[in-house]
Order: sequence, then C-alpha cells, then structure tokens
Amino acid sequence: MIIDRRPRFARLAGWGLIAAAGAAIAFIPLSPVRTAPRHVTLRVEAAQFAFAPSELSVTPGDTVTLELVSTDVVHGLYVDQYDLGVEADPGHTSRLTFVADKPGSFRIRCNVACGQYHPFMIGRLTVGTPIASWRAAGLAFLALAAILLAVARPAREARA
Amino acid sequence: MKPRSMVLSTRGMKMLKKRGWQVALSTVMLAGLAFTAVAGWIGTPIGSRNFAIAFVWIGWFAALIIILIPIFGRGWCSICPIPMVGDWVQRGAILGPQGSPPRGLGLRVPAVLRNMWTQNATFALLALFSASILTSPRITALAMVGMFALATGLSLVFERRAFCRYVCPMGGFVGLYSQVAPIELRVASREPCAACQTKACFNGSAEGYGCPWGVFPAGLTRNNYCGLCLECLRTCPTNNLAIRLRPVAADLAVPSTRRDEAFKSLLMLGSAMVYAAVLLGPWSSFKQAAFGIGSLAWLVYAAVFLVLVLGLLPGSLWLIGRFSQRLARRGEPDSRANSPRARSPFAAFATPLVPLGLAFWAAFSLSFFLTNGSYVLNSISDPLGLGWNLIGTAGVAWRPMLAGAIAPLQTAVLLGGFIWAARVARGVTARLQLPSLPLIGFLFLPTIVMMWLLT
Repeated sequence: MIIDRRPRFARLAGWGLIAAAGAAIAFIPLSPVRTAPRHVTLRVEAAQFAFAPSELSVTPGDTVTLELVSTDVVHGLYVDQYDLGVEADPGHTSRLTFVADKPGSFRIRCNVACGQYHPFMIGRLTVGTPIASWRAAGLAFLALAAILLAVARPAREARA
Repeated sequence: MKPRSMVLSTRGMKMLKKRGWQVALSTVMLAGLAFTAVAGWIGTPIGSRNFAIAFVWIGWFAALIIILIPIFGRGWCSICPIPMVGDWVQRGAILGPQGSPPRGLGLRVPAVLRNMWTQNATFALLALFSASILTSPRITALAMVGMFALATGLSLVFERRAFCRYVCPMGGFVGLYSQVAPIELRVASREPCAACQTKACFNGSAEGYGCPWGVFPAGLTRNNYCGLCLECLRTCPTNNLAIRLRPVAADLAVPSTRRDEAFKSLLMLGSAMVYAAVLLGPWSSFKQAAFGIGSLAWLVYAAVFLVLVLGLLPGSLWLIGRFSQRLARRGEPDSRANSPRARSPFAAFATPLVPLGLAFWAAFSLSFFLTNGSYVLNSISDPLGLGWNLIGTAGVAWRPMLAGAIAPLQTAVLLGGFIWAARVARGVTARLQLPSLPLIGFLFLPTIVMMWLLT
C-alpha cells in the first residue's frame, strides 16, 4: 500500500522554515550602521524620583560623557548591561565617560538608595537601534503568522 | 473522567492528611508575617533596605508568580498566615477539627457578594496605591496588618473563610492563575460522593472541618476556589479525594461563563501593563503621577487606569466577541438564534487571558526580581536596618543579576504566553463554533505592547 506522506512532509517543512526564521531573527548578528564617532556630552538632572531628560539617545561608537547633576539628595546613574555607574552629591556634577559600543536600549537607574520610590527611578539610554526590541517584535509577528497558518489550514481542509 | 496519576504515594497521602505539619508551617508563616509587619513599622524607611519591602515584594512576590503558582497553584493559600487566627478562633480549635462551641456569628455571606467582584475591587484599590505599598515599609506593614485584621474580623461574622473566598486581593490573583497548575485536588470517582449521606467534606466530621472555602469538593472542576487546605482529604470517609497530576492548564479546556472572572482576567492583564509602563518605563511624568497620591495628576492616573482595565480592555473584548459572532453568522438563517453563537462570548473569550496574564506578570517580575534581588540579601542579613550582618550579606552591593539575559528571558516568556493563549483561544472558539482569528488578534495586541514596554 502506498501512503501519501506529502501533507506531513509539507507540514514538517513549514514548521522547519518557521523555526529557521525564528532562529535567524533571534540570533543573526547585526552590525549597527556606524557613523563617524563623536564625543557626545549629555547633561542629566536627577531629582526624587526621575531623571531629566529620562530618555537619552546616542549613536553606536560615540564616546559619551554623562554629566549627572543632583538637585536634591544623593543620586546615582547606572547603565544596565554596560555595568557602569556614577554618583552625584546635591549641587555637584559628576561625570561618566564611556564608549557606547553596545547597540540597543538600556535602562538607566539610580544606584544610590535615594528615598521611597528609588527602585523605580528609571530612564532609558538608546544606542542606535534598539535591536532586542526589534528582535522581540519580529519573533512575535512570526509566532502570529505561524498561528494564523495553523488556524487557516484546518479551515481549508474542512471546506475541501 | 479520564484517570490521572496521583502526585503522592499512599504513604505521602497519609502524611498529607495529618494536620500538624500544616499548622506548624502556618505558625511559622504567622511568625514571619508578624516579623515582617514589625520590620516594616520600626525598620529603616528606605524601602529597598527594609525587610518588609525587599523580602515580600521583591522575593516572595516573584517566587509566587514565577514558581509557586505555575507549579503548585493555590499551594500558597494552604499555608497563608493571614486567615489562620480567624480560622482557629472560628473553630475554637487549633490542631483539632472543631472545638465546642464554635465562635462567631456564623452568618452566610450575602448572595450579592458571593462572587469575585469584591476581590476585583480590592485588587484595583491595591493597584491604584501600589507604588506606595511596594515602596513604603510602613504602608506595607499597615496593609498586612489590615488584611490580617479584616480576615480575622470576617471570620467572626461570617461562616468559613469569607475573606479568602470573596475579599482577598491576592486570593483572586492566585486563584485565577492556579488554573494553569499541573496539580489538582479532585474526587477519584463520582459514585461514592453520590451515595455519601454525610457529605463530611462540606459539613465536617470528627476527622476534620467542613470545606472552609465553602466549596463542595465533589463538584470541583477547576482550581479557582479550592484553597488546598486539604481538610476534605481528612474528612472523606471513602478516601475518594486526592491530589493528582494533570495536563497543564486543564481547567481552561472549558471556558468560563462568569463575567466577574472575565473582569478579573482583564484587570490582571491591564494592571501588569500599567505596572510595566509606570514602574519600569522611563516616563517620569507617569511616575510622578502614580507616586503623587491624592494630587490632581494621581487622580488623572487613577482615572486612566480604571478606564483602561474596566472600560477599554473589556469593551474591546466584548466588541471582538460580537464581531466574531457576526462573522460566524454570515449567510446563516435566523433560526440559529439559540445556538452557542447567539450567546455573548465575552466571558468565554477572557479564558485565554489567563495564560497570557500569567506570562505578563512573570515577565514583569523577572525584571523586578533580577534587578533588585540583591536587596533581598541585604535585608535578610539586616532585617530591621539596625546595622546587623546576620548572614554576612548586609553589605552586598546592588547590582542587577543576569542583566544581559533579562530582555531575552522576557521575550521568551511573553512569546510562550501568547502562543499558549492562542492555543487556548482556538479551543474556546471551537467550542463556541466561532472563528478564532479575531480573538487571536486581540491577544496579539497587548502582547506586542508589553514586549515594547519591557524590552
């Protein structure tokens, strides 16, 4: 007896393609578009319990100097994943200089217990394109497409 | 009923039926609750250094969401200290099943309140003040003592555990997501229950007290309202009840028909999104509004929050339900008015929000715990902020853990939650003979928003 295995192969091939696309979206290294490196100085004011400005943006490769000015109590500024931090006493300016060589979106946080809402004193530093966010969105859309295909196939088969 | 494997051997079940271990564990938890309240009240006012904040909101809450609920369902409720004293006073006994005479008025909770609306209201209230509760040790201490006093007081007025069943904001949260757990307490066979004259599981006996949650265990089909107090294991004269393993999220195979549960799901989903935006986002104006309790900005924040979780999300889900019905009815004669498609699918359509909401909370908690986990070490070593260093971790410097892995982990959790929710949505819509695409589309939108907020 000859068994037609084509639908099963097609299904396996389809899932294989989706898995490959998912792996590509998640893991393919992307080199950021690099422009000529600049030296960027950004002044950030810290007051209970927010940074101003709370969203910073630089280009990959830039040498960044963050000038932290505290306007009330002692505050800090820590950049997630860069693992760099600086503290500023009230009325004084502290500086943190680093090369923004990791592209992406990173939370900046106060790293000195500054009062009640300290754990939520958070801002954001974007270096070039927020790649992790785009990868996450790509995977979500891929999952949606796979689900829609999975939903549509039985419906087509039922109509046939 | 499809047979499911027992979690425990016969010897394990015998151990579980002894009440002593549970009372001992609850007493330890009660001591922990008292200590936490004291630490919150007299300890350092700096939240991240106070045991009440660091241990409860950073450590315990993350453990509850990420481990305890997905694996043990309502397991926490079985040792929760908040209703314990009320329970003991009401029964007039601690180790024994029933003292004589039982204390309290023993009134039934009015029918109008025997639902989840009160729990929804208490959770919404908690959510509105969450920024202060999560960060102020004294407010956390007051909230704990308040819940304890309310639970004890209600035990003296109403029968059974009225607080746990109808009021506790965390109870509604835990109950909703306990439906995904791979364990359940159920009867092995319905026949012995049908023949049972005493219904000791509900009414109590010399072996144990009647279900404190007011549930008839023989009728259990979902985990929501079973607090895993295990009394029915002790009272059942035919040993017909057991804790069993089951497929994950088995409760969701039959969609809910209750609007209070649907609103609970939507409230939890919306709250997780608002928390992600306000507490973990970079927008200082949102934060200042949420922190400024009583100010005009806070009133606007509260109004926006309530409109989102009680208006926009439920309204969108209702519209999606109606749209799905219209799609399904295209070209059909009106004689189908009595078919499943004719009833509003709103409550049923909220069923996939259970795995999605759990994923949202897990993703949020991952970020909160991995970033602030070092505070737990500090606070355990110096719980009252008196300069102690009990286990040598009081001076551990703050630093996020696995910082580079947080976003990928959150993405994986949210994707998993969405795929799981879509699978549940397919089951729900198939039962209702409705197309699944609109509901899956509805699930996708908050998922992508949450990803954007967290990553």
